[in-house]
Amino acid sequence: MSTLFRFSIPTMKCGGCARKIRAALEPLAGVHDIAIDISGRVVELRIDGGDSTPVMAALAQAGYPAETVSADTALEAEPDHCSIDDPPQQIESGGDGMRLAITGATCASCVRTIETALSSVPGVERASMNLADHSAHVLGAASPQDLVAAVEAVGYGASVVEDDNSLEEERERAEQQLYRRLIRDTWLALGLGAPLMAWMVFGGSMMVHAGGASQLVWLLIGMLTLAVLVFAGGRFFVGAWKAAVHHNANMDTLIAIGTGTAWVYSMVSVLAPSLLPEQARHVYFEASAMIIGFINLGLALELRARGRASQAIKRLLGLRATTARRVADDGSEADIDIAQVTTGMRLRVRPGEKIAVDGVVESGSTLVDESMLTGEPVPVSKQAGDAVSAGTINQQGSLVYRATRVGKDTVLAQIIALVKKAQGSRPPIGRLADRVSAVFVPVVMLVAIGAALVWFNIGPEPRASYAMVALTTVLIIACPCALGLATPMSVMVGVGKAAESGILIRQGEALQTASELTTIILDKTGTITEGKPSVTKVFGYAGWSEDDVLALAAALENASEHPLAFAVMEAARERGLNAAMVSDFVAENGKGVQARYHDNLVRIGNLRWLRDEGVDADAGSADARSITDQAGTPLYLALDKALIGVIGVRDQIKPDAHAAVARMHARGLKVVMITGDVRGTAEAIGREAGIDEVIAEVLPADKASHVRALRDRGERVAMVGDGINDAPALAEADVGFAIGTGTDVAIESAGITLMRGSLHGVVDAIAVSSATVRNIRQNLVGAFLYNVLGIPVAAGLLYPLTGLMFSPVIAGLAMSLSSVTVVSNANRLRLFRANPDGEAV
Amino acid sequence: MTTIWVNAAGLAAMMMIVWWFWLWKPRNAVDTKDGVIDIRVANGTYTPALIDSPAGKPLTLRVLREDASPCAEYLIIEGLGISETLPINRLYTVKLPALAAGEYRFHCQMNMYQGILRVH
Repeated sequence: MSTLFRFSIPTMKCGGCARKIRAALEPLAGVHDIAIDISGRVVELRIDGGDSTPVMAALAQAGYPAETVSADTALEAEPDHCSIDDPPQQIESGGDGMRLAITGATCASCVRTIETALSSVPGVERASMNLADHSAHVLGAASPQDLVAAVEAVGYGASVVEDDNSLEEERERAEQQLYRRLIRDTWLALGLGAPLMAWMVFGGSMMVHAGGASQLVWLLIGMLTLAVLVFAGGRFFVGAWKAAVHHNANMDTLIAIGTGTAWVYSMVSVLAPSLLPEQARHVYFEASAMIIGFINLGLALELRARGRASQAIKRLLGLRATTARRVADDGSEADIDIAQVTTGMRLRVRPGEKIAVDGVVESGSTLVDESMLTGEPVPVSKQAGDAVSAGTINQQGSLVYRATRVGKDTVLAQIIALVKKAQGSRPPIGRLADRVSAVFVPVVMLVAIGAALVWFNIGPEPRASYAMVALTTVLIIACPCALGLATPMSVMVGVGKAAESGILIRQGEALQTASELTTIILDKTGTITEGKPSVTKVFGYAGWSEDDVLALAAALENASEHPLAFAVMEAARERGLNAAMVSDFVAENGKGVQARYHDNLVRIGNLRWLRDEGVDADAGSADARSITDQAGTPLYLALDKALIGVIGVRDQIKPDAHAAVARMHARGLKVVMITGDVRGTAEAIGREAGIDEVIAEVLPADKASHVRALRDRGERVAMVGDGINDAPALAEADVGFAIGTGTDVAIESAGITLMRGSLHGVVDAIAVSSATVRNIRQNLVGAFLYNVLGIPVAAGLLYPLTGLMFSPVIAGLAMSLSSVTVVSNANRLRLFRANPDGEAV
Repeated sequence: MTTIWVNAAGLAAMMMIVWWFWLWKPRNAVDTKDGVIDIRVANGTYTPALIDSPAGKPLTLRVLREDASPCAEYLIIEGLGISETLPINRLYTVKLPALAAGEYRFHCQMNMYQGILRVH
């Protein structure tokens, strides 16, 4: 049996330390499963037999004295079993679990107590504490509140450390360091390469004359070039070697072989000129140095451009509050760290402040700017009972709200997670580039050697020099990076750009499909219309007055949750009517409701249902037509078999629906409306919104089959609905758009989620998707063309016709600029506006 | 004579490339023990780059990215829809469900880092 040991190593500070520690531990017999947590300065490993002495000794010898934090012979808990068919979203992942800041711990005994307390919380797989930085790492599915409570219960303090910001800061810090190093290396390499290049350009000889002073000078320059290769380009050689050992080849391989070959050839010219024909005793030290300089410069520029490309995530992370103002039960208020906020806590937000977590307003009223999440520029009014979201800004009054979702459960956190995931996803359009880039480097190596052999065998004198130049130039000009970056950079910028306007694109595939749509199906209620119907007309028959009809209808609708029911009840309430007493309520989905009123059966619903039930509704035909002509929906009220009333309910069309549909038409899209409403009403609304085709009187369960029918006709179909009632139809479409008002939309319910209710969001999403896919195409075509044209030219294909042959230095410049060009082109998407005449995307 | 030697060396190098990068069949895969495997991301390679895992059992990848270069930032596992952003110098956990037998390639955004997870 092996024992799981956990060692604290306070002197471990960086990746270099981790490498040394790993190198010290790996050779030890019986030691396995070594895991190094640099941030926690902890090493975990398993030791067969349980004797940690050799490990402690090896660590001390490597310069990293360790302290045993824990030893555990218990088997690790198995994660929950998932079936093979589990969807990808069930795959859990995350930075090293949850991190807690611990206070009050002073010794190893405290560590043990805290770890035991944390491990006892249901859902915790493993907990470890680092005394050095007073933090605990917890793996598993326990809630933050339970973990904090468990630590507090044993006499210590704890708070959850929200890690995303610190991770982002750490990434930025590391990238900044890398950037500075790349710039330093650029100067170092160009500092040697540029004077040599100038010497050559201005007529200086690059030939070695055996026995002359030039031989010594070139030897000195050769040594300086070697220093440049080691100090400014060493990582390319290390990377190339490591990749080769793993039977992989990458960009480092090309750079290392290219610059290495040029240097070795030059040194042969210098040290053993007799091995080469006199004309071939050329040195290419300037090429080696300049290539290293240019490639470092290219990487630095690329790093900067990439930083700009990921600004959307930075902006979202920046929306998070760091503190919240807690309102205690006695009314006192105090600022607390955001990590300490738990659900149910009462919080105050003052004018101008960010709302810290998701919650429900308990008191106060204000206007809240939600544009950062929804893209909706108009501030939203909030009062008691309304939901508020983390990251939005309170503009006016002071609010007290109760926290309902904290930490990773907030809408903002979900958006950040979704955008991060989507930014790394790959649309199908990039698959060819993936396949090519996977085999690209070895193919280029073969081409380079082949070209060199051709030059050596049939080229002009000095053949050896030409062969060497062809080999180096082909290796250096080939750029797998441009191919590899073409798709992901555009996706990163495009998805981020969409998120800034409240458009959440879940995967690369949805992004690509959205750019290929031919038909948009819009659900009516809540999508084209406001989803807040109101009663416009009431007609009574058979001696029933308008008020009697409305009172009885309100009684029937009282138990219904249909939007039309709310409209009827609201109208009755406005007229001050008391609802009649009914019993035995039964709802017929998609038809209406019925109940007992005294000894009679009363029904309210659509005409078809009442007729099926034998009700003679002819008396209301003319009034119903007048309702449908004005895009209203008639509700028929029957007492037993007699029609006693018709109620007109109208759901106002969204003010910008017509303009949004017109934009869809302008993009060549066919627009279809689907609804359960009666045909007359549906067609009236369709006319008002400019819809091409209306599919009416569809039961909710049948919407998906209509979507399928359109797809079967060869259309690329998008379904736009609320994401909850329309879930099957959304899933059936090529792309599902879930549209919500404010931040109450179900984010995970569709391929694309629109955080604001406007239909313009659909067109904006399609526009940004099309622009992104266009950008990807530009990048792919550019990267393929660059390599397809560049490699043959570098191999010397134009030489027989024009006498032109690329210098390796030019190849280095071209290569370094090619990937920068791809990233810069992707960054152009940041300036894209989906609707230049309206709101920007 | 020199011409023959140079051509022979060139052809040998070409054959070596074909064998080394395409024809070579990996033998020394690292077995996952206890359903957990640590992967180091540094110097253009994943270590280990070849992992064997039993089918039908969940697997946890603990990934430590030491390379600050943006190339190493994403870990993509083909066929599983996984695309994870790796923090720098921090152990990052990716939990996989029980997988069907087969080969799952994992790589960085630009396909420069490459590895294979063999499930059987």
